[in-house]
Amino acid sequence: MSVTAERLDHQPEAASRIGIIDTDIHPYMKSPRDLDPYLSAHWRQYLSEYDKFVCGPYAARGTYPRFAPNTCRRDSWPPGGGLPGSDVDFMREQHLDASNIAFGVLEPLLNANIARNHEAAAAFCTAMNEWQKQAFYVPEPRLRASILVPQDDPAEAVKEIEARAGDPAFAQIQLGSKTSEPLGRKRYWPIFAAAQANNLSIGLHIGGTQNSAPSAGGWPQFYIEDHHMLVHSMQNQAASLILEGVFEAFPNLKVVMIEGGFAWVPTLGWRLDNHWKKMRTELSHLKRPPSEYLRSNLWVATQPVEEPENPEDLRQVFEWIGWDRIVYSSDYPHWDYDDPHTAWRIRLSDQEERMILRDNAMAVYHFR
Amino acid sequence: MSRHVVATTSEIPPGARKRVSVRGRAIAIFNVNGEYFGLFDRCPHQGGSLCGGFITGLVEASEPGDYVYTRRGEILRCPWHGWEFDIRTGHSVTDPEAIRARSYPVEIAQGGEVLERHLVAETVPVSVEENYVVVDV
Repeated sequence: MSVTAERLDHQPEAASRIGIIDTDIHPYMKSPRDLDPYLSAHWRQYLSEYDKFVCGPYAARGTYPRFAPNTCRRDSWPPGGGLPGSDVDFMREQHLDASNIAFGVLEPLLNANIARNHEAAAAFCTAMNEWQKQAFYVPEPRLRASILVPQDDPAEAVKEIEARAGDPAFAQIQLGSKTSEPLGRKRYWPIFAAAQANNLSIGLHIGGTQNSAPSAGGWPQFYIEDHHMLVHSMQNQAASLILEGVFEAFPNLKVVMIEGGFAWVPTLGWRLDNHWKKMRTELSHLKRPPSEYLRSNLWVATQPVEEPENPEDLRQVFEWIGWDRIVYSSDYPHWDYDDPHTAWRIRLSDQEERMILRDNAMAVYHFR
Repeated sequence: MSRHVVATTSEIPPGARKRVSVRGRAIAIFNVNGEYFGLFDRCPHQGGSLCGGFITGLVEASEPGDYVYTRRGEILRCPWHGWEFDIRTGHSVTDPEAIRARSYPVEIAQGGEVLERHLVAETVPVSVEENYVVVDV
Protein backbone atom coordinates (compact mmCIF):
# COMPACT_ATOMS: atom_id res chain seq x y z
CA MET A 1 0.00 0.00 0.00
CA SER A 2 1.40 3.39 -0.92
CA VAL A 3 1.88 6.17 1.60
CA THR A 4 -0.89 8.08 -0.15
CA ALA A 5 -3.39 5.23 0.11
CA GLU A 6 -2.52 4.69 3.77
CA ARG A 7 -3.20 8.31 4.55
CA LEU A 8 -6.47 8.34 2.66
CA ASP A 9 -7.67 5.32 4.61
CA HIS A 10 -6.49 6.77 7.92
CA GLN A 11 -9.55 7.04 10.15
CA PRO A 12 -9.16 8.25 13.70
CA GLU A 13 -12.26 8.65 15.87
CA ALA A 14 -13.73 11.15 13.39
CA ALA A 15 -17.26 10.71 12.09
CA SER A 16 -16.07 10.90 8.49
CA ARG A 17 -15.83 7.68 6.51
CA ILE A 18 -13.19 8.81 4.03
CA GLY A 19 -9.92 10.69 4.28
CA ILE A 20 -10.67 14.23 3.15
CA ILE A 21 -8.48 16.58 1.14
CA ASP A 22 -8.72 20.17 2.32
CA THR A 23 -7.37 22.59 -0.29
CA ASP A 24 -7.29 25.69 1.94
CA ILE A 25 -5.68 25.83 5.39
CA HIS A 26 -4.04 29.04 6.57
CA PRO A 27 -0.78 28.79 8.51
CA TYR A 28 0.45 31.67 10.65
CA MET A 29 3.77 32.44 12.31
CA LYS A 30 4.26 32.10 16.06
CA SER A 31 6.48 35.19 15.99
CA PRO A 32 7.37 37.77 13.33
CA ARG A 33 10.95 36.48 13.66
CA ASP A 34 10.03 32.95 12.54
CA LEU A 35 11.52 33.59 9.10
CA ASP A 36 14.93 34.62 10.46
CA PRO A 37 16.54 31.17 10.09
CA TYR A 38 15.68 31.20 6.38
CA LEU A 39 16.76 34.77 5.55
CA SER A 40 20.22 36.09 4.76
CA ALA A 41 21.83 38.58 7.15
CA HIS A 42 20.91 41.31 4.67
CA TRP A 43 17.19 40.56 4.75
CA ARG A 44 17.13 39.98 8.52
CA GLN A 45 18.62 43.43 8.88
CA TYR A 46 16.06 44.80 6.40
CA LEU A 47 13.18 43.33 8.42
CA SER A 48 14.50 44.73 11.68
CA GLU A 49 14.88 48.22 10.13
CA TYR A 50 11.77 48.38 7.95
CA ASP A 51 9.60 46.23 10.24
CA LYS A 52 7.76 44.38 7.49
CA PHE A 53 8.03 43.61 3.84
CA VAL A 54 4.79 45.06 2.46
CA CYS A 55 3.35 48.52 2.16
CA GLY A 56 1.03 50.00 4.77
CA PRO A 57 -2.73 49.93 5.23
CA TYR A 58 -3.76 52.77 2.92
CA ALA A 59 -2.20 51.24 -0.15
CA ALA A 60 -3.23 47.69 0.59
CA ARG A 61 -6.22 45.61 1.49
CA GLY A 62 -6.88 45.37 5.19
CA THR A 63 -8.42 48.84 5.22
CA TYR A 64 -11.63 47.34 6.60
CA PRO A 65 -12.09 45.87 10.10
CA ARG A 66 -12.40 42.14 9.48
CA PHE A 67 -15.41 40.93 11.55
CA ALA A 68 -13.36 38.68 13.83
CA PRO A 69 -9.94 39.13 15.47
CA ASN A 70 -7.23 38.18 12.92
CA THR A 71 -10.15 37.18 10.62
CA CYS A 72 -10.29 33.90 12.59
CA ARG A 73 -12.81 31.61 14.23
CA ARG A 74 -13.13 32.67 17.84
CA ASP A 75 -12.56 29.10 19.00
CA SER A 76 -9.37 28.68 16.97
CA TRP A 77 -6.98 30.57 19.27
CA PRO A 78 -4.55 27.92 20.60
CA PRO A 79 -4.85 27.40 24.39
CA GLY A 80 -1.06 27.57 24.63
CA GLY A 81 -0.98 31.07 23.08
CA GLY A 82 -0.03 32.39 19.67
CA LEU A 83 -2.15 33.10 16.61
CA PRO A 84 -4.74 30.68 15.21
CA GLY A 85 -3.05 28.47 12.63
CA SER A 86 0.37 28.77 14.31
CA ASP A 87 0.18 25.72 16.60
CA VAL A 88 0.42 22.42 14.70
CA ASP A 89 -0.72 20.32 17.67
CA PHE A 90 -3.88 22.36 18.15
CA MET A 91 -4.58 22.43 14.40
CA ARG A 92 -4.23 18.64 14.38
CA GLU A 93 -6.67 18.24 17.25
CA GLN A 94 -9.24 20.85 16.21
CA HIS A 95 -9.24 20.32 12.47
CA LEU A 96 -7.13 17.53 10.94
CA ASP A 97 -8.17 14.75 13.33
CA ALA A 98 -11.66 16.07 14.08
CA SER A 99 -12.58 16.18 10.37
CA ASN A 100 -10.40 13.26 9.24
CA ILE A 101 -8.28 15.36 6.88
CA ALA A 102 -5.90 13.11 4.92
CA PHE A 103 -4.08 16.00 3.26
CA GLY A 104 -4.34 19.73 3.84
CA VAL A 105 -2.87 22.30 1.46
CA LEU A 106 -1.34 25.32 3.21
CA GLU A 107 -2.27 28.71 1.78
CA PRO A 108 -0.12 31.32 3.56
CA LEU A 109 -1.57 34.82 3.21
CA LEU A 110 1.41 36.62 4.67
CA ASN A 111 2.20 38.85 1.72
CA ALA A 112 5.70 37.56 0.95
CA ASN A 113 4.76 37.50 -2.73
CA ILE A 114 3.37 41.01 -3.05
CA ALA A 115 6.25 43.17 -1.83
CA ARG A 116 6.80 46.00 -4.33
CA ASN A 117 10.52 45.40 -3.91
CA HIS A 118 10.97 42.34 -6.13
CA GLU A 119 14.26 41.29 -4.57
CA ALA A 120 12.59 41.37 -1.16
CA ALA A 121 9.63 39.41 -2.54
CA ALA A 122 11.97 36.72 -3.89
CA ALA A 123 13.84 36.44 -0.58
CA PHE A 124 10.68 36.35 1.52
CA CYS A 125 8.96 33.80 -0.73
CA THR A 126 11.97 31.49 -0.46
CA ALA A 127 12.06 31.95 3.32
CA MET A 128 8.34 31.38 3.69
CA ASN A 129 8.48 28.23 1.57
CA GLU A 130 11.19 26.79 3.81
CA TRP A 131 9.26 27.92 6.91
CA GLN A 132 6.09 26.10 5.77
CA LYS A 133 8.10 22.94 5.22
CA GLN A 134 9.97 23.02 8.54
CA ALA A 135 7.20 24.36 10.78
CA PHE A 136 4.27 22.38 9.32
CA TYR A 137 5.14 19.56 6.89
CA VAL A 138 8.00 18.13 8.96
CA PRO A 139 5.98 17.76 12.21
CA GLU A 140 2.72 16.91 10.39
CA PRO A 141 3.17 15.38 6.91
CA ARG A 142 -0.54 15.62 6.17
CA LEU A 143 0.06 19.37 5.75
CA ARG A 144 1.54 20.24 2.36
CA ALA A 145 3.00 23.63 1.49
CA SER A 146 2.33 26.05 -1.36
CA ILE A 147 5.23 27.29 -3.43
CA LEU A 148 5.06 31.05 -3.02
CA VAL A 149 6.63 32.94 -5.92
CA PRO A 150 7.43 36.62 -6.61
CA GLN A 151 5.05 36.65 -9.58
CA ASP A 152 6.10 40.07 -10.84
CA ASP A 153 9.65 38.77 -11.36
CA PRO A 154 8.91 35.64 -13.44
CA ALA A 155 12.57 34.63 -13.78
CA GLU A 156 12.94 34.47 -9.99
CA ALA A 157 9.52 32.81 -9.74
CA VAL A 158 10.61 30.05 -12.11
CA LYS A 159 13.83 29.54 -10.12
CA GLU A 160 11.80 29.01 -6.96
CA ILE A 161 9.39 26.59 -8.68
CA GLU A 162 12.26 24.53 -10.06
CA ALA A 163 13.98 24.45 -6.67
CA ARG A 164 10.85 23.01 -5.00
CA ALA A 165 9.49 20.78 -7.76
CA GLY A 166 9.70 17.12 -6.78
CA ASP A 167 9.82 17.86 -3.06
CA PRO A 168 6.78 16.11 -1.52
CA ALA A 169 6.49 18.95 1.02
CA PHE A 170 5.02 21.13 -1.75
CA ALA A 171 1.60 20.50 -3.27
CA GLN A 172 1.10 23.45 -5.63
CA ILE A 173 2.17 26.93 -6.71
CA GLN A 174 0.14 29.72 -5.11
CA LEU A 175 -0.94 32.92 -6.86
CA GLY A 176 -3.33 35.62 -5.64
CA SER A 177 -6.49 36.75 -7.41
CA LYS A 178 -5.25 40.35 -7.35
CA THR A 179 -2.17 40.91 -9.47
CA SER A 180 -0.40 43.83 -11.14
CA GLU A 181 -2.01 42.86 -14.46
CA PRO A 182 -4.57 40.14 -15.21
CA LEU A 183 -2.85 36.77 -14.95
CA GLY A 184 -3.41 35.82 -18.58
CA ARG A 185 -0.88 38.45 -19.74
CA LYS A 186 2.25 37.02 -21.33
CA ARG A 187 4.53 38.41 -18.60
CA TYR A 188 3.21 35.61 -16.36
CA TRP A 189 3.50 32.79 -18.89
CA PRO A 190 6.96 31.60 -17.72
CA ILE A 191 5.28 30.72 -14.41
CA PHE A 192 2.63 28.65 -16.22
CA ALA A 193 5.28 26.97 -18.39
CA ALA A 194 7.20 25.96 -15.26
CA ALA A 195 4.03 24.76 -13.57
CA GLN A 196 3.08 22.54 -16.52
CA ALA A 197 6.64 21.25 -17.02
CA ASN A 198 6.85 20.25 -13.37
CA ASN A 199 3.30 18.88 -13.16
CA LEU A 200 2.31 21.38 -10.46
CA SER A 201 -1.13 22.94 -10.25
CA ILE A 202 -1.80 26.61 -9.50
CA GLY A 203 -3.78 27.46 -6.35
CA LEU A 204 -5.37 30.79 -7.17
CA HIS A 205 -6.44 32.16 -3.77
CA ILE A 206 -8.34 35.39 -3.26
CA GLY A 207 -6.27 38.39 -2.21
CA GLY A 208 -2.93 39.67 -3.40
CA THR A 209 -1.61 42.99 -4.62
CA GLN A 210 -3.86 46.00 -4.15
CA ASN A 211 -3.36 48.27 -7.15
CA SER A 212 -6.63 50.12 -7.07
CA ALA A 213 -9.94 50.32 -5.26
CA PRO A 214 -11.25 46.81 -4.60
CA SER A 215 -14.35 47.43 -6.67
CA ALA A 216 -14.62 48.60 -10.26
CA GLY A 217 -17.01 51.22 -8.83
CA GLY A 218 -14.49 52.68 -6.38
CA TRP A 219 -13.94 52.36 -2.64
CA PRO A 220 -16.89 50.76 -0.82
CA GLN A 221 -18.08 51.65 2.66
CA PHE A 222 -18.23 48.29 4.41
CA TYR A 223 -16.20 45.13 5.00
CA ILE A 224 -19.15 43.11 3.69
CA GLU A 225 -18.61 44.80 0.32
CA ASP A 226 -14.85 44.31 0.34
CA HIS A 227 -15.38 40.66 1.29
CA HIS A 228 -17.91 40.09 -1.48
CA MET A 229 -15.84 41.86 -4.16
CA LEU A 230 -13.12 39.25 -3.94
CA VAL A 231 -15.46 37.21 -6.13
CA HIS A 232 -15.03 39.76 -8.93
CA SER A 233 -11.25 39.47 -8.85
CA MET A 234 -11.57 35.70 -9.33
CA GLN A 235 -13.95 36.10 -12.28
CA ASN A 236 -11.55 38.55 -13.90
CA GLN A 237 -8.65 36.11 -13.56
CA ALA A 238 -10.66 33.18 -14.93
CA ALA A 239 -11.70 35.27 -17.97
CA SER A 240 -8.17 36.56 -18.52
CA LEU A 241 -6.55 33.10 -18.32
CA ILE A 242 -9.09 31.69 -20.77
CA LEU A 243 -9.30 34.57 -23.24
CA GLU A 244 -5.56 35.28 -23.45
CA GLY A 245 -5.07 31.68 -24.54
CA VAL A 246 -3.11 30.38 -21.52
CA PHE A 247 -4.81 26.99 -21.76
CA GLU A 248 -4.12 26.72 -25.49
CA ALA A 249 -0.44 27.35 -24.81
CA PHE A 250 -0.38 25.12 -21.69
CA PRO A 251 -3.14 22.56 -22.18
CA ASN A 252 -2.16 20.51 -19.12
CA LEU A 253 -2.15 23.48 -16.74
CA LYS A 254 -4.51 23.06 -13.78
CA VAL A 255 -5.83 26.07 -11.87
CA VAL A 256 -7.89 25.79 -8.67
CA MET A 257 -9.88 28.92 -7.80
CA ILE A 258 -9.99 29.14 -4.02
CA GLU A 259 -12.44 31.17 -1.92
CA GLY A 260 -13.83 33.14 -4.83
CA GLY A 261 -17.33 31.60 -4.73
CA PHE A 262 -18.56 29.38 -7.56
CA ALA A 263 -22.23 30.00 -8.43
CA TRP A 264 -20.99 32.56 -10.99
CA VAL A 265 -18.98 29.98 -12.94
CA PRO A 266 -21.82 28.77 -15.19
CA THR A 267 -23.02 32.29 -16.04
CA LEU A 268 -19.46 33.39 -16.85
CA GLY A 269 -19.26 30.48 -19.27
CA TRP A 270 -22.61 31.30 -20.87
CA ARG A 271 -21.77 34.99 -21.33
CA LEU A 272 -18.26 34.43 -22.66
CA ASP A 273 -19.51 31.79 -25.12
CA ASN A 274 -22.17 34.21 -26.31
CA HIS A 275 -19.64 37.02 -26.85
CA TRP A 276 -17.12 34.63 -28.37
CA LYS A 277 -19.55 33.59 -31.11
CA LYS A 278 -19.71 37.23 -32.22
CA MET A 279 -16.15 38.34 -31.54
CA ARG A 280 -14.13 35.27 -32.51
CA THR A 281 -11.95 37.33 -34.85
CA GLU A 282 -10.46 39.05 -31.81
CA LEU A 283 -9.67 35.65 -30.27
CA SER A 284 -8.37 33.65 -33.22
CA HIS A 285 -5.95 31.91 -30.83
CA LEU A 286 -8.85 30.21 -29.02
CA LYS A 287 -9.77 26.87 -30.57
CA ARG A 288 -12.76 26.13 -28.34
CA PRO A 289 -15.61 28.08 -26.74
CA PRO A 290 -14.49 29.73 -23.46
CA SER A 291 -16.73 27.54 -21.29
CA GLU A 292 -14.86 24.44 -22.42
CA TYR A 293 -11.66 25.69 -20.76
CA LEU A 294 -13.64 26.18 -17.56
CA ARG A 295 -14.41 22.46 -17.74
CA SER A 296 -10.93 21.28 -18.72
CA ASN A 297 -8.41 23.45 -16.87
CA LEU A 298 -10.17 25.20 -13.98
CA TRP A 299 -11.50 23.85 -10.69
CA VAL A 300 -13.39 25.60 -7.89
CA ALA A 301 -12.93 25.13 -4.14
CA THR A 302 -16.16 25.02 -2.16
CA GLN A 303 -15.65 27.48 0.71
CA PRO A 304 -17.47 29.74 1.41
CA VAL A 305 -20.20 27.51 0.08
CA GLU A 306 -23.15 29.18 -1.59
CA GLU A 307 -26.27 28.93 0.59
CA PRO A 308 -29.32 29.36 -1.68
CA GLU A 309 -32.72 30.00 -0.13
CA ASN A 310 -33.89 26.68 -1.49
CA PRO A 311 -30.99 24.34 -0.56
CA GLU A 312 -31.74 22.02 -3.50
CA ASP A 313 -30.78 24.80 -5.94
CA LEU A 314 -27.18 24.09 -4.99
CA ARG A 315 -27.44 20.72 -6.74
CA GLN A 316 -28.34 22.50 -9.98
CA VAL A 317 -25.31 24.78 -9.61
CA PHE A 318 -23.04 21.75 -9.06
CA GLU A 319 -24.55 20.10 -12.15
CA TRP A 320 -23.87 23.19 -14.26
CA ILE A 321 -20.27 23.50 -13.07
CA GLY A 322 -19.63 19.74 -13.34
CA TRP A 323 -19.23 17.41 -10.35
CA ASP A 324 -15.62 16.70 -11.32
CA ARG A 325 -14.61 20.39 -11.09
CA ILE A 326 -15.38 20.89 -7.39
CA VAL A 327 -12.90 20.37 -4.52
CA TYR A 328 -13.50 20.82 -0.80
CA SER A 329 -11.84 23.64 1.13
CA SER A 330 -12.29 24.61 4.79
CA ASP A 331 -10.44 27.96 5.09
CA TYR A 332 -9.44 26.89 8.63
CA PRO A 333 -8.87 28.81 10.92
CA HIS A 334 -10.66 31.78 9.33
CA TRP A 335 -14.07 32.80 10.61
CA ASP A 336 -15.86 31.78 7.43
CA TYR A 337 -14.58 28.19 7.82
CA ASP A 338 -16.73 25.42 6.25
CA ASP A 339 -17.19 22.06 7.95
CA PRO A 340 -16.88 19.18 5.43
CA HIS A 341 -20.08 17.49 6.66
CA THR A 342 -22.41 20.37 7.39
CA ALA A 343 -21.42 23.06 4.86
CA TRP A 344 -24.01 22.07 2.27
CA ARG A 345 -27.59 21.31 3.17
CA ILE A 346 -28.31 18.95 0.31
CA ARG A 347 -27.88 15.22 0.63
CA LEU A 348 -25.04 14.08 -1.63
CA SER A 349 -24.77 10.53 -2.91
CA ASP A 350 -21.73 8.61 -1.63
CA GLN A 351 -20.09 9.04 -5.01
CA GLU A 352 -20.76 12.79 -5.15
CA GLU A 353 -19.39 13.20 -1.64
CA ARG A 354 -16.26 11.20 -2.44
CA MET A 355 -15.64 13.31 -5.54
CA ILE A 356 -15.91 16.64 -3.72
CA LEU A 357 -14.20 15.65 -0.49
CA ARG A 358 -11.38 13.59 -2.00
CA ASP A 359 -11.25 12.21 -5.54
CA ASN A 360 -11.40 15.45 -7.55
CA ALA A 361 -8.50 16.89 -5.57
CA MET A 362 -6.51 13.69 -6.13
CA ALA A 363 -6.79 14.37 -9.87
CA VAL A 364 -5.30 17.85 -9.43
CA TYR A 365 -2.66 17.50 -6.70
CA HIS A 366 0.08 14.90 -6.45
CA PHE A 367 0.58 13.87 -2.85
CA ARG A 368 3.58 11.63 -2.37
CA MET B 1 -37.39 14.40 30.41
CA SER B 2 -35.23 14.02 33.48
CA ARG B 3 -33.38 16.50 35.65
CA HIS B 4 -29.60 16.34 35.77
CA VAL B 5 -27.24 18.12 38.15
CA VAL B 6 -24.45 19.48 35.93
CA ALA B 7 -22.47 21.99 38.02
CA THR B 8 -22.34 24.04 41.18
CA THR B 9 -23.60 27.60 40.75
CA SER B 10 -20.19 28.95 41.80
CA GLU B 11 -18.56 27.19 38.85
CA ILE B 12 -20.50 29.42 36.41
CA PRO B 13 -20.46 33.02 37.69
CA PRO B 14 -22.36 35.81 35.84
CA GLY B 15 -21.08 36.18 32.26
CA ALA B 16 -19.48 32.72 32.28
CA ARG B 17 -20.46 29.55 30.46
CA LYS B 18 -19.74 25.83 30.79
CA ARG B 19 -20.02 22.93 28.36
CA VAL B 20 -21.59 19.88 29.99
CA SER B 21 -22.58 16.46 28.73
CA VAL B 22 -25.94 14.96 29.61
CA ARG B 23 -26.86 11.51 28.29
CA GLY B 24 -24.29 11.95 25.54
CA ARG B 25 -25.64 15.34 24.55
CA ALA B 26 -23.39 18.43 24.69
CA ILE B 27 -25.14 21.38 26.33
CA ALA B 28 -23.78 24.88 26.88
CA ILE B 29 -24.88 26.43 30.20
CA PHE B 30 -24.78 30.25 30.44
CA ASN B 31 -25.11 32.57 33.44
CA VAL B 32 -26.72 35.84 32.34
CA ASN B 33 -26.66 38.26 35.30
CA GLY B 34 -27.46 35.46 37.75
CA GLU B 35 -30.00 33.62 35.59
CA TYR B 36 -28.99 30.30 34.05
CA PHE B 37 -29.86 29.07 30.54
CA GLY B 38 -29.01 25.93 28.55
CA LEU B 39 -28.54 25.60 24.77
CA PHE B 40 -27.72 22.54 22.65
CA ASP B 41 -24.02 23.04 21.93
CA ARG B 42 -24.31 22.83 18.13
CA CYS B 43 -25.09 25.86 16.01
CA PRO B 44 -28.08 25.04 13.75
CA HIS B 45 -26.11 26.50 10.81
CA GLN B 46 -22.96 24.35 10.47
CA GLY B 47 -22.53 22.87 13.95
CA GLY B 48 -20.03 25.24 15.62
CA SER B 49 -19.75 24.84 19.39
CA LEU B 50 -21.93 27.63 20.82
CA CYS B 51 -20.14 27.36 24.16
CA GLY B 52 -17.07 28.88 22.45
CA GLY B 53 -19.14 31.81 21.19
CA PHE B 54 -18.78 35.52 21.80
CA ILE B 55 -21.27 37.06 24.24
CA THR B 56 -22.54 40.46 23.23
CA GLY B 57 -25.69 42.62 23.08
CA LEU B 58 -27.78 44.31 20.42
CA VAL B 59 -27.33 47.66 18.74
CA GLU B 60 -30.81 48.97 17.97
CA ALA B 61 -31.98 52.17 16.33
CA SER B 62 -35.42 53.73 16.06
CA GLU B 63 -34.15 56.13 13.41
CA PRO B 64 -30.84 56.83 11.65
CA GLY B 65 -28.26 58.27 14.03
CA ASP B 66 -30.13 57.30 17.20
CA TYR B 67 -28.48 54.14 18.46
CA VAL B 68 -29.03 52.24 21.70
CA TYR B 69 -27.00 49.32 23.00
CA THR B 70 -29.44 46.87 24.58
CA ARG B 71 -29.62 43.35 25.98
CA ARG B 72 -25.97 43.47 27.11
CA GLY B 73 -24.69 39.95 27.82
CA GLU B 74 -27.83 38.24 26.47
CA ILE B 75 -26.84 37.64 22.85
CA LEU B 76 -24.48 34.88 21.74
CA ARG B 77 -22.55 34.86 18.45
CA CYS B 78 -21.42 31.48 17.11
CA PRO B 79 -17.60 31.32 17.05
CA TRP B 80 -17.59 30.31 13.38
CA HIS B 81 -19.83 32.47 11.21
CA GLY B 82 -21.16 34.88 13.80
CA TRP B 83 -24.83 33.80 13.70
CA GLU B 84 -26.53 35.49 16.66
CA PHE B 85 -28.87 33.83 19.17
CA ASP B 86 -30.87 35.03 22.15
CA ILE B 87 -29.35 33.10 25.07
CA ARG B 88 -32.70 33.21 26.92
CA THR B 89 -34.67 31.41 24.19
CA GLY B 90 -32.23 30.06 21.62
CA HIS B 91 -34.05 31.96 18.87
CA SER B 92 -31.93 33.50 16.11
CA VAL B 93 -31.79 37.30 16.15
CA THR B 94 -32.19 37.75 12.40
CA ASP B 95 -34.77 35.01 11.74
CA PRO B 96 -36.30 34.00 15.09
CA GLU B 97 -39.24 32.05 13.62
CA ALA B 98 -37.25 29.79 11.30
CA ILE B 99 -33.92 29.37 13.08
CA ARG B 100 -33.25 28.42 16.70
CA ALA B 101 -30.69 26.69 18.82
CA ARG B 102 -32.47 24.11 20.96
CA SER B 103 -32.85 25.40 24.51
CA TYR B 104 -33.10 23.32 27.69
CA PRO B 105 -34.81 24.45 30.90
CA VAL B 106 -32.34 25.13 33.71
CA GLU B 107 -33.13 25.56 37.40
CA ILE B 108 -31.13 26.10 40.57
CA ALA B 109 -31.53 23.63 43.43
CA GLN B 110 -30.04 23.55 46.91
CA GLY B 111 -27.98 20.52 47.88
CA GLY B 112 -30.62 19.28 50.31
CA GLU B 113 -33.29 19.49 47.65
CA VAL B 114 -31.08 17.64 45.14
CA LEU B 115 -30.69 14.78 47.61
CA GLU B 116 -34.33 14.80 48.68
CA ARG B 117 -35.77 14.78 45.12
CA HIS B 118 -33.20 12.18 43.97
CA LEU B 119 -32.15 14.35 41.01
CA VAL B 120 -29.60 12.70 38.71
CA ALA B 121 -26.10 13.70 39.83
CA GLU B 122 -23.78 11.20 38.18
CA THR B 123 -20.72 13.39 37.78
CA VAL B 124 -21.19 16.13 40.36
CA PRO B 125 -20.69 15.26 44.06
CA VAL B 126 -23.54 16.86 46.04
CA SER B 127 -23.33 18.41 49.49
CA VAL B 128 -26.19 19.99 51.45
CA GLU B 129 -24.51 23.42 51.67
CA GLU B 130 -23.97 24.04 47.95
CA ASN B 131 -26.36 25.30 45.24
CA TYR B 132 -26.55 23.40 41.97
CA VAL B 133 -27.37 24.01 38.32
CA VAL B 134 -29.96 21.46 37.17
CA VAL B 135 -30.80 20.96 33.49
CA ASP B 136 -33.95 19.28 32.22
CA VAL B 137 -33.17 16.94 29.32
